[in-house]
Amino acid sequence: MVEALQFEFVQNALIAGLLTSIICGVIGTLVVVNRLVFLSGGIAHSAYGGIGLAFYFGWPYMICAIGFAFLSSMVMAAVSLKSKHRSDTIIGVMWAMGMACGILLLDMTPGYNVDLMSYLFGSILSVPGSDLVVMAAIGVVILALIGYFFQDLLAMSYDEEFAQIRGVPVKRLYFMLIGIVAITVVMVVQVVGLILVIALLTIPPYIAEKYTQSLFGMMVLSCFIGMFFTTGGLWLSYTYDLTSGAAIIFLSGCLFFLSLIFDKVLVLTKKADIL
Amino acid sequence: MSTPIVQIDDLFFYYNGQVVLRDVNLVVERGDFVSIIGPNGGGKTTLVKLILGLLKPASGTVKIQGHPPGNNGTAIGYVPQYLNHNLNFPASAMDVVLMGKYDPSRRMLFRRKKKDRIEALEALDKLGMADYAKRKITDLSGGQRQRVLIARALVTRPELLVLDEPTASLDSKGQTDFFSLLKELNQELTILVVSHDLLIVSSYAKSIACVNKKLHYHRDVGTTSELMNAYYACAVEEVCPVDHIMEVIQDYSPSEGAGHG
Repeated sequence: MVEALQFEFVQNALIAGLLTSIICGVIGTLVVVNRLVFLSGGIAHSAYGGIGLAFYFGWPYMICAIGFAFLSSMVMAAVSLKSKHRSDTIIGVMWAMGMACGILLLDMTPGYNVDLMSYLFGSILSVPGSDLVVMAAIGVVILALIGYFFQDLLAMSYDEEFAQIRGVPVKRLYFMLIGIVAITVVMVVQVVGLILVIALLTIPPYIAEKYTQSLFGMMVLSCFIGMFFTTGGLWLSYTYDLTSGAAIIFLSGCLFFLSLIFDKVLVLTKKADIL
Repeated sequence: MSTPIVQIDDLFFYYNGQVVLRDVNLVVERGDFVSIIGPNGGGKTTLVKLILGLLKPASGTVKIQGHPPGNNGTAIGYVPQYLNHNLNFPASAMDVVLMGKYDPSRRMLFRRKKKDRIEALEALDKLGMADYAKRKITDLSGGQRQRVLIARALVTRPELLVLDEPTASLDSKGQTDFFSLLKELNQELTILVVSHDLLIVSSYAKSIACVNKKLHYHRDVGTTSELMNAYYACAVEEVCPVDHIMEVIQDYSPSEGAGHG
């Protein structure tokens, strides 16, 4: 692995993995505690419609994808505020529609088309340096926003009504959070693929939640867990010649289940102590 | 005469085109202990949300100390109904209480962290929860979690404490402790509590508001029998879920009339 570090593409892959881990650790924590996992999946998939649009009309790819994801995320946010108990259905419909639109538009575009697989699994091994700079810049902006509104987000995530009574602008904050999730997802999908984003948004925060005392601690620990997953997965993929995205996800998934088993054992031993 | 702590005039509220509250008038004076009773779906929680400013009335006005609710966040301390929501949330009891000290308008200023923490600890101590300050909320029992939520409401230094069905997830011992606690708090605060609980109505509340689309307010129902009459009046008129219990009690005191208190 050490000799591999001299290759630029390996360095870029590692940096992309670490950046993704930090962004996903922070945003993923908010996604998990606010139960937005399904909504994030919906945003990520419907963004594919934006990609189809970009190719069909020959518009810039990035702006289309972010614009499309952002708009659909705002609709989803409005729906989930308005009808809490059926929002998942509507998000599911938008999820499917976005995807279908993207594929149809690509079908109608003459010439070479990007394939769905590269969108789903990304290509962390072929990330250009320029993408890393954009990712780092957006990451800094997102983290600054989250930092500025941290106490508000904390209050809202724990108890929306109480936060509102205290004067926290809950509705605007909710839209902002979902907008940030949309931009994050599209940004990171570029680099590591859709499936890996969902995995990194959910698995590290879920594990971190059980071992931390505060929302901030949960964010920090999820970042580190994510970094461990991405570097570990890249090492696996390098050593055993495996698809990198899938290797990272596989490693995360295995540790996720291990942590579940570990908790069960912990509970059982506690019970045994009491008896 | 001082401004009443809550003043509601000619309030109407609709939900999905149906009347939830009709022509509600209510004046709550300082130091009162109001129990809001009424059937499920009668509009109790809606009334509470209107008082808190979480909902806006279709017509009529709600005033808290002469101001519309929402503008003076500190005047009302709110203890929500559900103790078990967001249970896995990574926060200690202390963190939850500190949320009560948070003021969005001071977002950019360095908060008086230490002073806030001392105040939060005092509030927890008042409720006998100081030893649990560092515990994660997941690791607390229902009753303990409720005390944390009351501490969170108290730390906002409210004039009015609003509790929505606080006893729903407590056992009977927990309920008795809880009501004596409320009585103690009532020495300094006005209390408004939504409850089905007969115990609270008979032994702790000073006034009763019966809500079933309309609102009937019975102020200063002093003796227990007066209180029972008021409660009974509500029960017959609005068909409370506990009205049959009240009828039984009425049978034991036949000398009392069933008029409004």
